Amino acid sequence: MPSDLAPILVADRLAKAFVAGQQRIRALDAVSFAVAPGSITGLIGPDGAGKTTLMRLTAGLLVPDAGTIHVFGLDATRDALTVQASLGYMPQRFGLYEDLTAQENLDLYADLQGVPKGERANRYAELMHMTGLQPFVNRLAGRMSGGMKQKLGLACTLVRPPRLLLLDEPTVGVDPVSRRELWEILDHLVTGAGMSVLLSTAYLDEAERCQDVVLLHEGRLLDRGDPGEMSARLTGRTWAVAAPERCRRRLQMTLARIPGVIDAIVHGDAVRVVTAMEGFPPALATLPEMADSEATPVPPRFEDIFVDMLSRHATAAHVPAIPHDTPAHDGAPVIRVADLVRKFGDFRAVDGISFDVRRGEIFGLLGANGAGKSTTFRMLCGLLPASSGHLEVAGHDLRHSAATARERIGYMSQKFSQYANLSVRQNLDFFASAYGLAGAERTQRIAWAEEEFDLGRYHDHLAGDLPLGYKQRLAMACALMHGPDILFLDEPTSGVDPLARREFWQRINTLALSGVTVLVTTHFMEEAEYCDRLVIMASGRILSLGEPATIKAAARSPEQPHPSMEDAFIKLVEDAA
Amino acid sequence: MSSRHGSAMRLKALVRKEFLQIVRDPSSIAIAFLMPLFLLLLFGYGVSLDADHVPVAFVAEQPSADSRDFESSLRGSHYFAVSPLRTMPEAEQALREGTVNAIVRLRANFTEQLRRADGAPIQVIVNGVDANTARLTLGYLEGAWGNWLARRAEASGRALNVPVQMEQRIWFNSEMKSRDFLVPGLVAIIMTLIGALLTALVMAREWERGTLEALLVTPASMSEILLGKIVAYFVLGTGGMLLTVALAVWQFGVPLRGSFWLLWVCASLFLLAALGMGLTISTLARNQFVAGQIAIVGTFLPAFLLSGFIFDIDSMPLAIQAFTHVVVARYFVSIVQTLFLAGDVWAIVLPNALALLLMALFFLGVTWRKSRKRLE
Repeated sequence: MPSDLAPILVADRLAKAFVAGQQRIRALDAVSFAVAPGSITGLIGPDGAGKTTLMRLTAGLLVPDAGTIHVFGLDATRDALTVQASLGYMPQRFGLYEDLTAQENLDLYADLQGVPKGERANRYAELMHMTGLQPFVNRLAGRMSGGMKQKLGLACTLVRPPRLLLLDEPTVGVDPVSRRELWEILDHLVTGAGMSVLLSTAYLDEAERCQDVVLLHEGRLLDRGDPGEMSARLTGRTWAVAAPERCRRRLQMTLARIPGVIDAIVHGDAVRVVTAMEGFPPALATLPEMADSEATPVPPRFEDIFVDMLSRHATAAHVPAIPHDTPAHDGAPVIRVADLVRKFGDFRAVDGISFDVRRGEIFGLLGANGAGKSTTFRMLCGLLPASSGHLEVAGHDLRHSAATARERIGYMSQKFSQYANLSVRQNLDFFASAYGLAGAERTQRIAWAEEEFDLGRYHDHLAGDLPLGYKQRLAMACALMHGPDILFLDEPTSGVDPLARREFWQRINTLALSGVTVLVTTHFMEEAEYCDRLVIMASGRILSLGEPATIKAAARSPEQPHPSMEDAFIKLVEDAA
Repeated sequence: MSSRHGSAMRLKALVRKEFLQIVRDPSSIAIAFLMPLFLLLLFGYGVSLDADHVPVAFVAEQPSADSRDFESSLRGSHYFAVSPLRTMPEAEQALREGTVNAIVRLRANFTEQLRRADGAPIQVIVNGVDANTARLTLGYLEGAWGNWLARRAEASGRALNVPVQMEQRIWFNSEMKSRDFLVPGLVAIIMTLIGALLTALVMAREWERGTLEALLVTPASMSEILLGKIVAYFVLGTGGMLLTVALAVWQFGVPLRGSFWLLWVCASLFLLAALGMGLTISTLARNQFVAGQIAIVGTFLPAFLLSGFIFDIDSMPLAIQAFTHVVVARYFVSIVQTLFLAGDVWAIVLPNALALLLMALFFLGVTWRKSRKRLE
């Protein structure tokens, strides 16, 4: 916590707004905090929280509308040049020149930072040792994996050791091994070299690795302090509820609607519950649905704090009804993939993968950027022909009848693919037409979409002006317009806040319970827990396939009796190497 | 280390980075080398504003020695490709089908009329769809007819009864080859491509990829970052100019009558103005698509259409003539055409060069003022 030393960064009622279209967005709204030297401070929040704006203000790249920001005791806006001279700043996507090799990037930044030629050999050796990039110095940055780029970006920023290191979302989409290595490097820099680090992230589990966190949401400061102490406030309110005989998804839905429960998510075999009050509510324990269940206390996590805080502000979320008939997984596979290969030139993006997906199952594809998830998805949707292998969706071989198979599937792409300059209603109309809906069916489906996704109040708004969560709802409504049997979701939740993410998964659960098969890609390890089964992918191959609990159990060792999904992933990658 | 030394090191690093990027990025190479070559070949060999081997139907209703003599004189000219046809309906059909562009008709009483004092009228029908070619064809046919009459008169020892004779002298491009006039103008087009379009694109790419954001937080000043771009693309643009001039002179045989060094100086001024435009565009547009659109509509098309490169400015409507004064390429096209075909005509070169200098200062000044070491 705040040390006795003078703070290295002080933000005082900092405000910044941007004009986008017809709206004025308050990126930061009277945010005040201080950062102690010699520590890692995390700027935590979903997309649109104001993290990047705060980073840019710190680096003197933006001028605040109101308030001040001081770095090293200097005004970061007025004395930008002096402040920048002692800063290291890595923007999103790492600021690397992709046409230059690793060495050329390093040389460029060394020249720009005025590192004397005589000192370079030692400095480079140190950085290469730290990042493990020595074998790749002559590789073009554009040809590197996300994890390598991340480390090269960091090396370029560190080529002249800064007093304060600013890292804007350095871990997005990067594989967990590289993520873990980055954190080790940062710990070393702070403890060994006394550097101060300000790092932004949308991954809430990373908050726990910071000494100090600043929690932002929609431009406002929600809370700040020691993440451990913050989580500790929820001690006695977090539980794992297990009912071996029941469908955990149904159990989760039951728990989520009980008053006094602010959060219930599927986690492994159990349902993780956060209660509003300390202690497991007795009312809950006596419910008939809970007869054969067992609640055990679990330690609180940082995400619980965020959800707790957000749910106090948020209006009651729309909770979908639990569908009545539950077609159990009948075991018949609706998707069959065998020895699937996709080559681009001599690069094998997907390298011989096989799996089956059963009806009503939620099936996950977990992996870092570049693991081959999206390529697999495009092949399954019939958007990209396979180089070789067998591919069957809803009983149709995609080689011969891709169009017929496509009528049975819905696809929600990674990027917002609705028309930004059409209204919500016009988008729904368009997608209804695109799927060939007409007459009463069309009217009924559009009404269903507006009702189910609560889009009625944004009826005439342009899709591009919608808040992020509503954009996501609209995209999903369009994907479900024709009532598909199979739903493909490509990274559906990146960047949304935890409440929106929960609401989204509620819908997915409802769909799965009513018999829709759902395939989802994600790089959130956490989300893998919500799946019935999943594959872990790296470099176009499947490293592991199975239920989340089985995959985690395989990574169990004396040192790690309760491995997380991330631990399991890292072990699989290391074993494969 | 002195700050000047640091600045030189930074500038050198930035310029080296630009060159590495140019060499490794296929789209830069395409715009800097392939487009110029393509344009040179297209305008050097493909596009011609001259009429050559125009297909002409020749109808002599009653062939005679005279009609055959006139026909063979037409055949002797490279302007025409003559196809003799028997009857007028056949010729009209050919004109309708587009196999010929003109019909020359000698009536049955051609020889008889030829001997009379008021001459022998021949009928000429020209396809007027392409007005330019039609006018040229008509002019060539009139000339061919006049020449033939004159030769005949000379041979028979009689003076031709034409009251006034016109003697033509064509200066500067005596063969009236449109290639000699188009290829020098290409220097302006190619330098616009490299200076404005490519520079706007690469700067927008730095915004898009977030690399500029990283550069801005280093000790490199905005002037150093801009200067790095200017130096690299100035060298590339000069290369484009040299390539065009070399091909014009050695490959296409265009005479360079003025001073090469004067051309170099003027080209450098124009290049600075083009770079200024490219960088000004990049302060407005931070993605490659928009930057490309603005650069094409704002610099490339005006250089193509409104600079006098193809279309004569003096024959444009007055309002458009007035507008061409803000087209930078106009001043440079005027200089290159003069230097290549006429020579060092200071009365033309000086005022135009002054205009280029002012425009270069203006656009570089705008870039300087608009570029802050900030993201807004």
